[in-house]
Amino acid sequence: MIPELGHFTLILALAMAIIQTIFPLAGAANGNQAWMALARPVARLQFLFISIAFGVLIYSFLSNDFSVAYVAQNSNSLLPAIYRLSAVWGAHEGSLLLWALILSLWTTAVTFYSKRLPVFFLARVIAVMGSVSVGFLLFMLLTSNPFERLLPIPADGSDLNPLLQDPGLIIHPPMLYMGYVGFSVAFGFAIAALLGGNLDSSWARWSRPWTLLAWMFLTIGIALGSWWAYYELGWGGWWFWDPVENASFMPWLIGTALIHSFAATEKRDVFKNWTILLAICAFALSLLGTFLVRSGVLTSVHAFATDPERGIFILILLGFFVGGSLLLYALRAPSTIKGGQFKLFSRETLLLFNSILFLVAMLTVLLGTLYPLIAEALGMGKLSVGAPYFNAVFIPVMAPVALLIGIGAIVKWKQDDYKRVARQLRFLLLASVVIGVVLSVTFFDNHLVRTCAGIVAALWVTFTSIAALLARLKHRQNKLIALQTIPRGFYGMTIAHIGFAVTIIGITITSQHSVDLHERMAPGDKVEFADYQFSLEELRPTTGPNFKATEAVVKVEKNGVYVTDLHSQKRIYTVRNMPMTEAGIDSSLMRDIYISLGEPLDGEAWSIRLYHKPFVRWIWLGAIFMALGGLLAATDRRYRLKVEKNNAALVEETAASLKP
Amino acid sequence: MTPRKKRIAIVCSILAGMAIAAALILTAFEKNLLYFYSPTQIVNGEAPTTRSFRIGGLVMNDSVKRNKDTLDVSFVLTDTINQIEVVYNGILPDLFREGQGIVANGKLQENKIFKADEVLAKHDENYMPPEVAQALEEAGADIPHQQYSTAQ
Amino acid sequence: MLRYLLPLGLFFCLVIIFIYGLQHDPRQIPSPFIDKPAPAFKLSTLHAANIDVQLDDLKGKVSLLNVWASWCVACRTEHPLLVAMAKDNPVNLYGLNYKDTREDAIDWLKQLGNPYIESAFDQTGKTGIDYGVYGVPETFVIDKEGIIRYKHIGPLNKQDIDNIILPMINQLASPTS
Repeated sequence: MIPELGHFTLILALAMAIIQTIFPLAGAANGNQAWMALARPVARLQFLFISIAFGVLIYSFLSNDFSVAYVAQNSNSLLPAIYRLSAVWGAHEGSLLLWALILSLWTTAVTFYSKRLPVFFLARVIAVMGSVSVGFLLFMLLTSNPFERLLPIPADGSDLNPLLQDPGLIIHPPMLYMGYVGFSVAFGFAIAALLGGNLDSSWARWSRPWTLLAWMFLTIGIALGSWWAYYELGWGGWWFWDPVENASFMPWLIGTALIHSFAATEKRDVFKNWTILLAICAFALSLLGTFLVRSGVLTSVHAFATDPERGIFILILLGFFVGGSLLLYALRAPSTIKGGQFKLFSRETLLLFNSILFLVAMLTVLLGTLYPLIAEALGMGKLSVGAPYFNAVFIPVMAPVALLIGIGAIVKWKQDDYKRVARQLRFLLLASVVIGVVLSVTFFDNHLVRTCAGIVAALWVTFTSIAALLARLKHRQNKLIALQTIPRGFYGMTIAHIGFAVTIIGITITSQHSVDLHERMAPGDKVEFADYQFSLEELRPTTGPNFKATEAVVKVEKNGVYVTDLHSQKRIYTVRNMPMTEAGIDSSLMRDIYISLGEPLDGEAWSIRLYHKPFVRWIWLGAIFMALGGLLAATDRRYRLKVEKNNAALVEETAASLKP
Repeated sequence: MTPRKKRIAIVCSILAGMAIAAALILTAFEKNLLYFYSPTQIVNGEAPTTRSFRIGGLVMNDSVKRNKDTLDVSFVLTDTINQIEVVYNGILPDLFREGQGIVANGKLQENKIFKADEVLAKHDENYMPPEVAQALEEAGADIPHQQYSTAQ
Repeated sequence: MLRYLLPLGLFFCLVIIFIYGLQHDPRQIPSPFIDKPAPAFKLSTLHAANIDVQLDDLKGKVSLLNVWASWCVACRTEHPLLVAMAKDNPVNLYGLNYKDTREDAIDWLKQLGNPYIESAFDQTGKTGIDYGVYGVPETFVIDKEGIIRYKHIGPLNKQDIDNIILPMINQLASPTS
């Protein structure tokens, strides 16, 4: 009976979501306080019900209840408990449930942390988020019920896809979804503002911390996904421009544009059209990502289970929410949005360029992802767009971003004197170029131009970020106190920008200077590679809870000095009879050594891949910095204080805007 | 600068940026699109010999041959009508097996042998790449039956 | 006003592409097998390695050929419907046991019931390849002359059986057709 409880609470949650959509919205339209007051408790109840359903699914997995079809398809009695937990979101039905859970979690968070929002506004935000929840709960209950029973009950389940049996995959999807779904808050705020007609800088101030948080989670989620692919797929790549990766990367690009555009809207009351469109776009891309991954319109190495009928349902959801909100925008924006003033050479302009560049970057990714579909529609035959396209287009679009970050940190709001800025930046530019060239020439002897460009860009971003921080201290007596009075948001920005520089370094050096070797090795064989000596010590059979494996032990030495032993396994997961490679990696800040077993050859020998990947860790280190920056900015004190201060005025404003 | 001029300046620079992006995209597309051809299309001479493309099909049973000393490997891909021999140097993916549908990227050589730079098999045991499925279905009209040798 | 509608317009272009994409899903391509002679096969039966079953055994009556395997979870949901269908209707139902082991497959039938007149044992998946099988289960309707008349990919449900499969068998079996 336990799974039926989960099914039942899902239906209750749907009922709550419907109430949460209709009553606050109607209440806000006709000024009914009681109806609007329903928003908070009902949203929390919805969260409670979905949590129960989620708990039930976890219980079904942990207790090996194979009468539940979803459990039978994605678990096995031999599967270790921790992977039974992550199997909950290992496939379609469960990941949808996770989606719904996280949506209601964000909604509930809004009910707790927006106590000082105007009543009308909050009611609309919660209602909009409720409507999204209605869509997804309906989707789940009608097409993908995770609690469906399977009769007769199978003796055992067909196991979780071995690729997903990995620690990285336990937290990667929840993080990714926290990010994806988190953009629904910005979406809710945008729609509520369009509905209420109060599109002003306070709207931007309310939305901004939520968007920063969502962006932070998405950054972590994408970095985890990249890290997982790096060590789990066994061929040392960290980004494949695969449709599924692109589906999470596009919302990130627009999210990045959005948090920058919010800064201008909040501080200077400009670009409101632009910001609101970006907010809609970020959420639309989250839905689009779900659509692309779940519908099977695109083929991807990650597409584990897809179904066109479900695709139609998500497409309808996408059409309703995005089409509806863009229509609302077209109807309301002309009368409600009035822009502020700024001069051509100002931080506003640079931020606008920044978000345009990110938009263009997103569009190039979108085009590359959808092009096979478009080409087929136009009868151009079957084709695919590979990584070279993305690299060729994406890098030139992102290069000006690095340049703009540097200038943007120094230029003042509203208006600045380009001579002053040029004076200040001249020296930094010279320093970046000189140091960058010297470093590249000293440490590398090939691919110098690209390496140099990457290092110069990273140095430029770092130097200018630090210079902007120092400029804030310039005229202060006590530097320590001054450091403390600088808002957290500023520190957040600085750290995130430096993180961007760190990632640039990682990507540049890894992609230009990684070397690899495919080698045939038998026990006792030795090979010299990338200044290291690798010797295959032994090959031994081994077993795990649900797999059998051959393990290679490779001793690594440098100039005769022992470095480490690397262990790589070739596993056969017994239930699905599916082979998997477990790479052996020795990582450090400056380089990774990476080996993976290929296939058995004649006699004792195996083919083995060896990689030397300098600075690969910096890619993810930079992402951690960026996420940390986002967190700092999101928790800036002014978001809490100003809301309080302006509350009275805002309530009046909102009330005024409601009069016909 | 008047607001009007400022607006024009911004719009112009946006348009210029878009134009550059469009130019980049078009040139990148031209160079980097990978078209897909089935073994039958290749045998009929529809595939180019000057540029890389993708080929997909089933790995014929008993066709995988490895060089004893190097990592050179050759195998035959089929869409059940025609076959193309593929050569590759390197390590094949985990899910590469005889009878399995795979996709390879590379170039067709003069001698009608396909030299693969990359061999891909999907990460799901029962998954068949849709290109392969379609090639098989298109070929499926008339299947000469004896072409397979049964590996037992 | 027009420029405010621009984003909506762009979005709808995108939606049109998606609708197209969904209709042309790789799994939904009409099978070129339809109305073509079924590929011949000769395999040993599941229960006895020394007895053969071949395409000719299916001819003369309208037959169903159901591709199944004991490792396939979707087959498990489909199977009771096949058992019920075979019990209530005189259908000529054959199985093609795909990439399986004899032991597992026989156990499976013992546990869930055996609706098949005979199951061909296609351990290598060779016959499956000839039939263009790329997802299990799949079901083929083959007429008296051995022509494939219909192909269903994925598990059959009750509606599929009542509204498509059985009417089709009746129609093909009637002498007028």
